[in-house]
Amino acid sequence: MTEMNLEEYKGVFVFAQQVDNEISSIAFELLGKATELAGKLNEKVTAVLIGSDVKGLCDQLAEYGADRVIVVDDPELKEYRTEPYAHALSSVINEYKPEIMLVGATAIGRDLGPRVSARVKTGLTADCTVLEIGDFPINAIPGKEQKHNQLLMTRPAFGGNTIATIACPDNRPQMATVRAGVMQKIEPKKGAKAEVVEYNPGFTPDNKYVEILDIVKEVTDVVDIMDAKILVSGGRGVGSAENFKLLEDLADALGGTVSCSRAVVDNGWKPKELQVGQTGKTVRPNVYFAIGISGAIQHTAGMEESDIIIAINKDETAPIFDVADYGIVGDLNKIVPKLTEQIKAQTKAK
Amino acid sequence: MKIVVCIKQVPDTKGGVKFNPDGTLDRGAMLTIMNPDDKAGLEAALRIKDEYGAEVTVLTMGLPKAEDVLREAMAMGADNGILVTDRVLGGADTWATSTTIAGALRNIDYDLIITGRQAIDGDTAQVGPQISEHLGIPVISYAQDIKIEGDSVIVNRQFEDRHHVLKAKMPCLVTALSELNVPRYMTPGGIFDAFDKDITVWGRKDLKDVDDSDLGLAGSPTKIAKASDKVRKGAGEKVTLDADEAVSYIMDKLVEKHVI
Repeated sequence: MTEMNLEEYKGVFVFAQQVDNEISSIAFELLGKATELAGKLNEKVTAVLIGSDVKGLCDQLAEYGADRVIVVDDPELKEYRTEPYAHALSSVINEYKPEIMLVGATAIGRDLGPRVSARVKTGLTADCTVLEIGDFPINAIPGKEQKHNQLLMTRPAFGGNTIATIACPDNRPQMATVRAGVMQKIEPKKGAKAEVVEYNPGFTPDNKYVEILDIVKEVTDVVDIMDAKILVSGGRGVGSAENFKLLEDLADALGGTVSCSRAVVDNGWKPKELQVGQTGKTVRPNVYFAIGISGAIQHTAGMEESDIIIAINKDETAPIFDVADYGIVGDLNKIVPKLTEQIKAQTKAK
Repeated sequence: MKIVVCIKQVPDTKGGVKFNPDGTLDRGAMLTIMNPDDKAGLEAALRIKDEYGAEVTVLTMGLPKAEDVLREAMAMGADNGILVTDRVLGGADTWATSTTIAGALRNIDYDLIITGRQAIDGDTAQVGPQISEHLGIPVISYAQDIKIEGDSVIVNRQFEDRHHVLKAKMPCLVTALSELNVPRYMTPGGIFDAFDKDITVWGRKDLKDVDDSDLGLAGSPTKIAKASDKVRKGAGEKVTLDADEAVSYIMDKLVEKHVI
């Protein structure tokens, strides 16, 4: 690789994804992590806001931790399209030279990130779940320079069976896409203001601009399971779509939400939006009930960060018991309805 | 019309993952398959060939044994196979891999390049969009549906809460989701034909407009600091109880943790 002058690159930048002029939750999560990383590096947090008519969103980004917001506002950026967005973000990177650039691992970020990393010639680590500042190599190797204050990016690979920690020691920015639902937002600082910088690199449509013929929004009234504090999750062991009623009643009594494993989606019992796991969503609620879920690694990869995991399964060898804080070997059909009643009685008494 | 499909031979993580005694992944003991998203991309190309007529070339980068995955693709109906293999290409991250594949693609004519969205071993979804960037052509990722209209492709592009119907002028690159279709099987005739056909093998010297310093492990901006087996949270309590006992056990925990 050609040598870059790494010293020129400063600050922790976040791609502040917005859709329909509404900031996506992932942007706030990234700002939370960026605040922590910038604190360790003694640097500032910059949000890069790209869209059309989006200047009004800057204060919100400030409240969640942005010291500065770089706004690229242009009618070409109204809807997400790879090329104008890649042009906007890579121009910002070339102009403002961030040390770290974080992008959400969303359907937008996983398209934008690789395109930008190829353009600015830096590495990109996908779907990170842990970001830390540390040394590379982690342990000093005689005769080899150990670099300090590097971004160490940890991600699952091989379907969640292994984890790898990646560094990007010789190129800048150090760039990562980050899984949604993993990083913590900060408590918003009401009334906080950020320095706002407007920047427009100019947009000239060429062969790389695609045309949007239609936008079809999938209307769904399903609660986002990634926002739920309590999840009542069912697996194949629930037995049928109808039997999910037991879990829905429990969720109602607790003020929680129903989610499920992949087998349930494959059987057509519940929609894909409710699926937890490697090919579904990563969740970290306060309480996760795993009911009739065997707990394959592809499932546990998406829920093991939950604060409390309660598992009910009739098979005492089910791997879910290896990650559960409280595991009950028993019949869900008998336990769940009684539990629902007890909780209802308890909350009524209060 | 000329279509190139980029495919990858991957360990089959679905069929059970095997570990060595030291806890590292035993790749030798795991079966290899054509990456599912790539197979869907190949099927999409073959359907375009069936409907409009097209020459379909499959290209892979890997060890010499990755020839198997090209033969499989040709047995399904691909016309040509190209294997990019060279010692100096080993250890490449997505940046160096996409640089390599772009260098190979510069040797051939194409209207449409199809890659899978992501491979099941790395799950990065980066190589397709990065190839398109190196080649200076448009990319449409996460394709649920691909149609041809004159000199353009029309693609349903999936997002979390919507899809866009996008039109791009060819040449362009599309990354395919495994949900796109159900890939066809190899045919007996196809298998015989596939083993009669020559596979083009390219090495470093066949890559066009690529610097040595951008290839392989040395040309990879990202470096592995540490790789390990997933550290799993230890098991908590496990109790076998009848329904009433189980309910009071759970109630105690919920109250103790201030959930209710």
